[in-house]
Amino acid sequence: MTDSFEIAGVPLASRFLLGSAGYPSPQLLAEAVKASETQLLTVGLKRSVQKTGDNGFVAMALAAARAQGARLLPNTAGCRSAAEAVQLACMARELYDTAWIKLEVTGDEHTLQPDPFELLAAASELVKLGFTVLPYCTDDLVLCRRLLDAGCAVLMPWGAPIGSGQGLLNPWALRTLRERLPEAVLIVDAGLGAPSHAAQAMELGYDAVLLNSAVAQARDPVRMAHAFRDAVRAGRQAWLAGVMPAQDFAVPSTPVSGHAFVLS
Amino acid sequence: MTITILLDEHPRELPEGVSLAALLALLEREPHSVATAVNGQFVAREARPGTELADGDKVLLFQPIVGG
Repeated sequence: MTDSFEIAGVPLASRFLLGSAGYPSPQLLAEAVKASETQLLTVGLKRSVQKTGDNGFVAMALAAARAQGARLLPNTAGCRSAAEAVQLACMARELYDTAWIKLEVTGDEHTLQPDPFELLAAASELVKLGFTVLPYCTDDLVLCRRLLDAGCAVLMPWGAPIGSGQGLLNPWALRTLRERLPEAVLIVDAGLGAPSHAAQAMELGYDAVLLNSAVAQARDPVRMAHAFRDAVRAGRQAWLAGVMPAQDFAVPSTPVSGHAFVLS
Repeated sequence: MTITILLDEHPRELPEGVSLAALLALLEREPHSVATAVNGQFVAREARPGTELADGDKVLLFQPIVGG
């Protein structure tokens, strides 16, 4: 059964968005992309005067995406201001021939926390320029509302700092976002380290997850891509099925009445 | 006459009147393989031939990489 979701009117059959960086080899990157069954693969840009080789990683990423009909999602990693991010997004649109952009504007070098003010300014400008903006943001409810008001197609709040693998550091904030923004497409982006983290995000009602390092840095990236794919599906099914509310006291599951055994 | 531009922050002398498209040819970069910016502003591929570089211009080239 297909359980797709939409970004800007485009249906995506997979709720597992994958990054293309940091794999041990181009071949393992391609195999992990295939195993993930992702429909959205992130890529980047870098400054380079001379043509520099990358051992075929980019070519393999593009080929792997094409082979399974996945779209590319270029990012603005490394940008520190709205102005920079807008210019880099324009370059990404030309190089990758897509108006979809994962908007990143870093505000702190240590945590790589997004700068909410520059992020909002960049998002507003990019929407005016015709981009489909997917902002990497914090889990601040008011910021998220402003990003939606600016015309962002989705919200991508962090689970934890990029590459940290810590999982969902603030489930309360993520749950609140889901509750307060029921119509928004929400994707947990960054900080996921284990498939259980992805399942937890999906169980909170998130529409999808985006991750990279947890797969790329696994001892076996292909197997890990499979594991995340299955965890995302399991979490999604749990959300649809309705997770029982946690309670502080025991509730007997066996429907006995009184004592099961009377020994005296 | 020559001009000096900053190419990825490194000084480079060029003949006066050279265009951004000509610079890419000089660097042996395929037009479709890079994106370009002059003084922090994106310059679209089709605008490169008409973009004449001036003394002190800051030129950046970008190419695709893998990313998260």
